[in-house]
Amino acid sequence: MEIFSWLQYDFMKSAFLAVLIIAPLFGIMGTMIVNRKMAFFSDALGHSALTGIAVGVVFGVKDTNISMAVFAIVFALLLNQISSRVEASTDTVISVFSSCSIALGLAILSKGGNFSKYSSILVGDILSITPQEIIYLVFIFAVTIVFWGLGFNKLLAVSLNRTLAGSRRISAAWMENLFAVLTALIVMVSIQWVGILIINALLILPAASARNISGNMREYHFFSILFSMFSGVLGLVISYYVNVATGPAIVIFASIIYFATYGWGRKHNL
Amino acid sequence: MRKMIKPCGLHCIKVKHLGVVLGQQEILKDINLHIHCGSLNAVIGRNGAGKSTLIRAVLGEMPHTGIIEFKDRENGRIQKLKIGYVPQNLNIEKQTPVSVYDMIAAYHSNVPVFLKKSKKMKERMLECLKIFQADHLLNHQVCNLSGGELQRVLLSMAIMDSPNLLLLDEPVSGIDQKGMELFYQTIYQLKEHYDLAIILISHDLEYVKRYADKVILLDKTVLRQGSVKEVFQSQEFAQVFH
Repeated sequence: MEIFSWLQYDFMKSAFLAVLIIAPLFGIMGTMIVNRKMAFFSDALGHSALTGIAVGVVFGVKDTNISMAVFAIVFALLLNQISSRVEASTDTVISVFSSCSIALGLAILSKGGNFSKYSSILVGDILSITPQEIIYLVFIFAVTIVFWGLGFNKLLAVSLNRTLAGSRRISAAWMENLFAVLTALIVMVSIQWVGILIINALLILPAASARNISGNMREYHFFSILFSMFSGVLGLVISYYVNVATGPAIVIFASIIYFATYGWGRKHNL
Repeated sequence: MRKMIKPCGLHCIKVKHLGVVLGQQEILKDINLHIHCGSLNAVIGRNGAGKSTLIRAVLGEMPHTGIIEFKDRENGRIQKLKIGYVPQNLNIEKQTPVSVYDMIAAYHSNVPVFLKKSKKMKERMLECLKIFQADHLLNHQVCNLSGGELQRVLLSMAIMDSPNLLLLDEPVSGIDQKGMELFYQTIYQLKEHYDLAIILISHDLEYVKRYADKVILLDKTVLRQGSVKEVFQSQEFAQVFH
């Protein structure tokens, strides 16, 4: 069929598969990130990827993916700890850490003037994903589904009131840290395909759009996943025909959905 | 929630030598309380007297010294204490897609709320919501509830597991005079008809005077406890609320 002609290339097939995994994954995670007002947190995590690579380079780690993931996890846990202890407002604390880490990363990677080697991570390139890397995505997707099934209620309980959750023997610190680690892992596994500059848009936009029109958790998840997959697939196909980068194309569609749902929600007073 | 004609009066909760130290600062010191089932105990005191800390310590959220035990007075058997807690407010913004069902299920059920509604859970909820005339709110969004409605939903949630002790932080915002009256009347009925003890942190001495069985005047430690009359006419009371 003519409309599926883009699927004749292997790189498009792989990219299509990757989008089918990343989109629902981001749709699911986004619901909680938006609910817990962690948009800035996930953004900082994305930026910390550069530092993770830099740390790997400094210590001579062969696979910088590993140093990136380890650094992101440490960074996420540290942010959690500090924002719960320091009196200053959370977004200030995150901003301080985020700027500090990105400056370090940029300084180290630009030493000797060869930063261009790493600049692809800023925009990401989903068309270059390999089957091996798709397996990583499937793995993290499975982990997320299990965590969501077992832990979502508890996570929601903690986000509504920590003391109340404590009175039901739900450990706020544990749930928050687990969620932060999972977010860190997901951001790191997908950042090469999505890019630092737009990864947060993909995490936030579908959930924020769903929030505009949802009244309960079932609708919230359903719409978030739906919007995420719709803009993901449409962005991929359109980017192929129009010949623009895939990530930005996806974000543009996700943004259009956001404004549409915003208007719809306002009109119907949701 | 088991309904009783009269509370049995045979259970009691004892707090012995409870203390809380945070960093270098001693927040609570040598608190001794004796709470009977079927009684409404109001904790009063200035701002920063440690009222909320006391609740958090009893809940086990704050590390503390001393012991809290729950005893059957008839045979002295020590049982596990089940606590229901009603917070002052929730961390929820406008537009948050959390319905009353979602919220209660988050605390009381393992069936993921994003998948489906559990029928059994729904029936249990409705049973408790009915006690506080809040069953019509089940599918409402939590962030759109009025202060009084939210309070009733939180109360329903707190008694779902038939707790022996109910800990309440009196609502301070979002409730008008009429709502406050209703709140106290509901609490009063609760203690009259169900087998539980209530500890209520209160900021409104007028209501305490009218509804409490026992008053605990707190300022780092228990300055005075006893009947409303005893405490309100004491020297310590005059000093704190001069």
